[in-house]
Amino acid sequence: MLIPHPLLGPRDAQEFTYLGDAKLLDRPDGMAPGAAEAFFEYLYLRDNRAGVHEELWFHEQGDRAILLVTRDTTTHEILGAVLARDAVLSRTGDGT
Amino acid sequence: MRFSGLRVLAEALTGHKGWAPLWRNPDPKPAYDYVIIGGGGHGLATAYYLARTFRQARISVLEKGWLGSGNVGRNTTIIRSNYLLPGNQPFYEFSMKLWEGLEQELNFNAMVSQRGVLNLCHSDAQRDAFRRRGNAMRMSGADAELLDVSAVRKMAPFLNFDNARFPIKGGLLQRRGGTARHDGVAWGYARGADMAGVDLIQNCEVTGFFIEKGRVRGVETSRGYISAGKVGVAVAGNTSRVMGMAGLRMPIESHALQAFVTEGLKPVIPGVITFGAGHFYISQSDKGGLVFGGDIEGYASYAQRGNLPVMEDVVEGGMALMPMLGRARLLRAWGGVVDMSMDGSPIIDRTPIEGLYLNGGWCYGGFKATPASGYAFAHLLANDSPHPTARAFRLDRFERGYMIDEKGAGAAPHLH
Ligand SMILES: Cc1cc2nc3c(=O)[nH]c(=O)nc-3n(C[C@H](O)[C@H](O)[C@H](O)COP(=O)(O)OP(=O)(O)OC[C@H]3O[C@@H](n4cnc5c(N)ncnc54)[C@H](O)[C@@H]3O)c2cc1C
Repeated sequence: MLIPHPLLGPRDAQEFTYLGDAKLLDRPDGMAPGAAEAFFEYLYLRDNRAGVHEELWFHEQGDRAILLVTRDTTTHEILGAVLARDAVLSRTGDGT
Repeated sequence: MRFSGLRVLAEALTGHKGWAPLWRNPDPKPAYDYVIIGGGGHGLATAYYLARTFRQARISVLEKGWLGSGNVGRNTTIIRSNYLLPGNQPFYEFSMKLWEGLEQELNFNAMVSQRGVLNLCHSDAQRDAFRRRGNAMRMSGADAELLDVSAVRKMAPFLNFDNARFPIKGGLLQRRGGTARHDGVAWGYARGADMAGVDLIQNCEVTGFFIEKGRVRGVETSRGYISAGKVGVAVAGNTSRVMGMAGLRMPIESHALQAFVTEGLKPVIPGVITFGAGHFYISQSDKGGLVFGGDIEGYASYAQRGNLPVMEDVVEGGMALMPMLGRARLLRAWGGVVDMSMDGSPIIDRTPIEGLYLNGGWCYGGFKATPASGYAFAHLLANDSPHPTARAFRLDRFERGYMIDEKGAGAAPHLH
């Protein structure tokens, strides 16, 4: 599999470590009420979807960026990749 | 139809005209007391023990493809009971005992062969860990022997003992471990279940559940609605998909696992040899093919195939361990979708939905569990209480903090 790294161009997936579902970006607030339940779901439960899947790949043997990759889990086709940082910033507006 | 040596002789003399299909191929009835989803090893074994040991009832197995089309027909056939943790080991030893009587019980040749499983170690620390695991195995009633280098050399002189990175320092041997014919296991259980009156329904994909006031009433399938008293799910790599139809999220990530076989060769490898440090294990089938494998692919997948990098990694491990492997020609490679759980251990439990039961999370190691998994799941379905050896396999253990993490890798499915 080749991952289209937004800064480095196409890179062999072997350079990356798979971190799992991109929902791992949405770490719950440990101080909020119901945090224990939220952390259980965050840490242990997965949608584990068949089809288009957003997931995190860590460029461990490269620039050490974490990418948000869109991939089809039924065909292994990679549909796109952005820096996970950019994805989070564009969602929250200011990165906080 | 009972199988026996006499029968084979008689058929040989009469042109093999008396053999009948091993099971009926019935259409689904509108209602069953028990519906088992998934006609793999675990679903078929569950139906068999449910019908034979626990209940006289209307039972069916619904399989979306053909019986044994999933992982039960794709695995590398290794059976063993060499686990460490108290939640696991008694269950796997129970399974090993069932393997030992399986062929007599089923009147079917599943080619169970206790040719031994040898795990290699390469350092003092690893040997200490093996000693500890061996003791845990013996305390559960299983057999285990710690071998020194000369004993390993005697068993497998062809290994590369002086590899600079992983010199072989000894091994943990379970002589009662070995292999079984994977398809034969599925067929044997299917035939046994069918003879006990279970309807085995093929080409019948479950597409939804009918749930009323928190209780499951039946399943939607590609062959129509089937109402059910209790529903047991045993769909391995598809666990999240099927349980998702009931609105439940699972502590599971599906991954692809590959296996490989060479052309047939004369007997050369005495039993099963595992080289954990090099992500490689191997045995030789009765046909002569060297059957080997290694790690899972390491990313979520529902494709029943892997990619070349893992193939390269496995073959490199093989070459490092037994350089003679380079002379063999690879015949076939294939993959299966395995249900990697968050602690590497399985689930056999009730679910928050009444009447809906789950058997899953078998990772890359559920073949050896087939008899005990079927037995324990049937016990749970029949009695609503867990089998004594499967008490720890709770679905809510992650929430309660009672993980059964043999590797100590945490909630990282690709590392188990
Ligand atoms: C390459 C490989 C090597 C392995 N090696 C070993 C080994 O050496 N030792 C070991 O112990 N284990 C091994 N395993 C693991 C073992 O094969 C599995 O854990 C075990 O087979 C899973 O249980 P099963 O047999 O019931 O699964 P399966 O045979 O996969 O059965 C599940 C069935 O459910 C059906 N199904 C899915 N969704 C639906 C639906 N919606 N409706 C109806 N039916 C459905 C599928 O078609 C399938 O037939 C290996 C696995 C693989 C892939």
